[in-house]
Formats: sequence, C-alpha cells, structure tokens
Amino acid sequence: MEKRPSVDELREIARRARIETLKAIYLAGSGHPGGSLSIMDILVALYFGGFVNVDPKNPYKPDRDRVVLSKGHAAPAFYTILAFKGFFDRELLYTLRKLGSPLQGHVSRKHTPGVEASTGSLGQGLSIALGMALKAKVDGANYRTYALLSDGELQEGMTWEAAMTAKHYRPKRLIAIVDNNNIQLDDFVHRVNSGIYPIEEKFEACGWHAITVEDGHDFNQLLEALEEAVKVSEEKPVAVRAITVKGKGVKFMENNPAWHGKAPDREKFIEAMKDLGVSDEEIEEFLNKYDRKG
Amino acid sequence: MFLYTKDAPKGDLRKVYGETLVELGKKDPKLCVVDGDLSTSTKTAMFGREFPERFFNVGIDEQNLVGVASGLAYDKDRTVFASSFSMFLTGRAWEIIRQHVGYNDLPVKLVATHTGITVGPDGASHQMNEDIAIMRAIPNMRVVVPADSNILKKILYKVYEHPGAFYVRLTREKFPIVYPENVEFELGKGFVLREGKDLTIVAIGLMVSHALDAATILKEKYGVEAEVIDPVSVKPIDEPLLVESAKKTGKVVTIEEHSVIGGLGDAVASVLAERYPVPVKKIGIPDTYGESGTAQELLRKFGLMPDQLAERIYDWLKGLK
Repeated sequence: MEKRPSVDELREIARRARIETLKAIYLAGSGHPGGSLSIMDILVALYFGGFVNVDPKNPYKPDRDRVVLSKGHAAPAFYTILAFKGFFDRELLYTLRKLGSPLQGHVSRKHTPGVEASTGSLGQGLSIALGMALKAKVDGANYRTYALLSDGELQEGMTWEAAMTAKHYRPKRLIAIVDNNNIQLDDFVHRVNSGIYPIEEKFEACGWHAITVEDGHDFNQLLEALEEAVKVSEEKPVAVRAITVKGKGVKFMENNPAWHGKAPDREKFIEAMKDLGVSDEEIEEFLNKYDRKG
Repeated sequence: MFLYTKDAPKGDLRKVYGETLVELGKKDPKLCVVDGDLSTSTKTAMFGREFPERFFNVGIDEQNLVGVASGLAYDKDRTVFASSFSMFLTGRAWEIIRQHVGYNDLPVKLVATHTGITVGPDGASHQMNEDIAIMRAIPNMRVVVPADSNILKKILYKVYEHPGAFYVRLTREKFPIVYPENVEFELGKGFVLREGKDLTIVAIGLMVSHALDAATILKEKYGVEAEVIDPVSVKPIDEPLLVESAKKTGKVVTIEEHSVIGGLGDAVASVLAERYPVPVKKIGIPDTYGESGTAQELLRKFGLMPDQLAERIYDWLKGLK
C-alpha cells in the first residue's frame, strides 16, 4: 500500500476537494453543499488514509473494499474524491447533474465507476452494506464494507432493521460511519426529531461496537477512530459517530440549515472560494472558462 | 399440448418452489436465498435446511430483506431469490425494490406467495390484489404468473438463468394442473390453450383453469366458441399472440385474481388499444378490498367461479350487439 499522506497533506487534499465540490455544485445550479462539506474529511481519511482498497483502473475488482454512500445527496463530495483517486477525469465534475452526465444528482452505480450502490432515497445504505458484508462471508472474501450514513436518515426504520440483523449474522468488516452534522432538510436534527439521539447507545444495543469522534474534521481523531474500527470489525460490526459541522469550511454555510440543499449564486460562490483560500486569479479563470451563467 | 380437464389433479406451487430452489442450490454454489420469517410458508426453508450458510432469514423486516438481497446481488455475480408474502415483499418494500433491484436490474428474483383473494381467511390485510400493478410499473422488472406447478418449475429455471430482475407471483392455493411436465416456458411467449372464433379470453394464474372451464360452459350452454390464452408473462406480454387472436375474434376478455386496475387487463388493453382496438372486458377484483372467507367463497363472491365467468362473459357479449 502507498504511504499514508501526513495530516497536513490530508488537510490540503480535503481543502482542494471542498473547492472542486463547490465548483461542481455552483455550475450545476443545484445540489447539496452542506452535507457534502460535512462528510469531506471522513471521505478523505477513508480514501487517502489507506482504509479503502480500490483500484480506479479496475473499479469492481472482486476483492475491493466497498463504500456505500447511504447519504446519496453527498454525491458531489463523493464524485470529487473518486476523481481525485483517478476513477475519472476531474473536468467531469463540472458536468454534475447535467443531462447526459454520468454524474447523477444522487449516486448511481449504473452511471459512475467507483459507486457501489445507487442511493438517494435515505435509510437504505446500511442494509445494502449488510448484504455486501454477508456476501463476503458466503464467499470467504476479506474485503471491508463501509456504510456512510447521515444522522437524519437514522430516522428511517430500515437503518435499524439492518443494524439488528447485523447483530444476528455478525458479518466481519462491516463499518458504519455517521456524519453527525445535526442538520436535516427542514431544520436542526434535534428540532425535527431528536429521537435519533443517543446514537452510540442505539448501535451498542444492537450489538455493535460504537466509537465517537468528537471532531469529525480532525484527521488525527478520524484516523485513530478508523484504525480502531478496522480492528474491532474483525469481531463485530462497528459504528463510528463523527460529530461534524454542516457546510464545514465555508463560513456562511457552516451550521446553517439553509445550505442543506441549494447552490450558491455567483456572489456567494466567490465568497465561498475565498473562504477556502482560492486566489482571485483562480476564481476568475474558473468563472471565465466554465461559468456560462456569467 | 395441455392436460387440463375439469377434474385435473392439483399441484402445489409453493412446494415446487422449495424443491426447485434446492435443485438450483445444488447446481449453483453461489446462489443465495433471503426470506423474512415466512420461510416455512413460502417453502424457502427447504433451501435453508440444505444450505444454511447461503440462506438468510432476516426476520420481519421486508425493506431490509430486499436491501440485503440487493447487497448480495449488486456485483451481479450470483442469483438471489427473495421471498415473502406478496403484500409485504412487493407492498412494504416497493421503493427498495425500485431503487436497487429495478434501477440497477439486479439478479434478484422476487418470488412472492399469498396473492389475490384466495389467501382467504386472513382477510384484506393479507390479500394482495395490487402486486402486478405495482411491479409492472417498475422499469426492468419482468412479471411472470404461473398457471400451475408444472410451468412454475420451468419458469423458475428460466428466471434463474436470466441476468435481470424478476417478480414471480405464487399463491397459497394449490392449482389444477394445466400443463404437461415437459412444457417449455419462454419469457414473453404465451400459449393458446383452446382455440375459438367468437371471443378471446386472456387469463393468468388460477384463472387459466377457470377460463378453460368457463369456455366449456360458454360452448355447451350458449354455443359461444371462446379462445383461451395464457400469456404467462404479463411483462413483457406476448403482443403478437394477443393481436393475432383479437384479429380473429374481435372481442377480448381478461380474467385475473388481481385488481382490474393496473394488472393483466390493463396490460392487454394497452397493447390492443395501440395495435388493434377491439372491445375489452376486464374481469378481476374491482376497486375494493377483500375480506375473510374461504378461497372458494371469496372466488364466488367476486364472480370468479367458472359458471359465473361464463355468464358474465355471455352478458357482456349480448350487450355488445
């Protein structure tokens, strides 16, 4: 395996990924920036921290690790990571949500290499991941299966059907990661339906090992939690609750439910780029080249 | 070519399903089966006893049942059979079926039992009369309805060999044998089980044998010669066969133990409306719910017994003139 980048290098990858993700959403004119930015560091830790064994040249090789993006609306972040890993050209990100693009509004295995399951309808990914983990058991395969969940989708009963069933079958190497940004479409999660809390205890009651990451944007904490998850998942399924900030990295989006599911206008886009440390020249060059809304 | 007589012996569809799963499981070490606490009734338990490591009884959670089946099948390197009662499998888990099995055309074979009003005493909560409608609305989903246990066996082998998504509709009731054991099933190909010139009856499932009995009554009592067709697959449906028969008879009646909304009747009517418009009479469960009773009592209540069918068809024909 390649050497793991330093924490500083991971941070820089995440910063560049946030920039590309927001460019894609801006050009698309729609999409979900908040949840894409909150999960970004988790994705970078997984894919660049050495936790996901994938080969972009052979995206569906049988022994690859599976990553099911249950929160399928974080598609822009996921596509950016896949592009950074080399699954497809980065320019393709700028076709997000456009007619004929392989980059659908919510991830689709039919359309995009590196996607494991077609999602977008919430609450289904843990069950799909469970099926994939059980397949490894049937086949005697050693791959890991990750399910990336939102906190809001823990309100879907199907998530807990899968959690309980995982206790019964105890497949190895099944890891759920909850991107706990505490915001769903309408409002803060604790205001819409606070019943999802406590999260760790629920998974533990379902026979899972639970890990809390107090700052889901701190790579030291993320890497440490993932190391533990990988180890314990040899014995039982593991749930990682990563406490994150919705819209992380862009001040006006941070912790603001309004930025769950809308694209920034030109002015706000430029402000976001500046927040992420993009130079005026780079912003102007990008807009001149790609922004036909101008 | 077909065996059916008024006193034909009955065949157990669920038993044949269980036995065939065991045969397929011996043949294919990758085959997996998922059920939801109804395996002793759907008969997938027969597979589970032989191959416990490839059998997943996930309990009473049909959304998760379909999710797990999809997760097992996403790489398309194996066939997965998923079973429950139809109400819970196709009804409860419809959107999971659409999102994964249908959208990605996964090799997940949904085989549901307990369809129609012949579910009987359990009543409306268990009598699934809308499954064909909601399954055929899903792109990629193929919908097959066996008329007896002999063709079911052939269907299951074809469904297993096919790379894509299927819905196979079984029932709780045993059906009279209609086909010989050496019948061949081909997706989208129907059978003319009786030839006639005055009207065409298109029927599926248990209603195939009822339609054949009704055709005999129509001939004996009213001198009407009915052609009887079993399309077997409702989606894709045998369009050339339907058009050819409609051209010959000029009148079509559909009979199904399913709602008249969205099922066989609508599938047949759509084909004929586009290609050869003739009057079509849809017979099935009207826009209502079932209730408790024996299968036979309920079939009579809904006018689906052969004598009732013959009379309803004859009345409709009279009204056309």
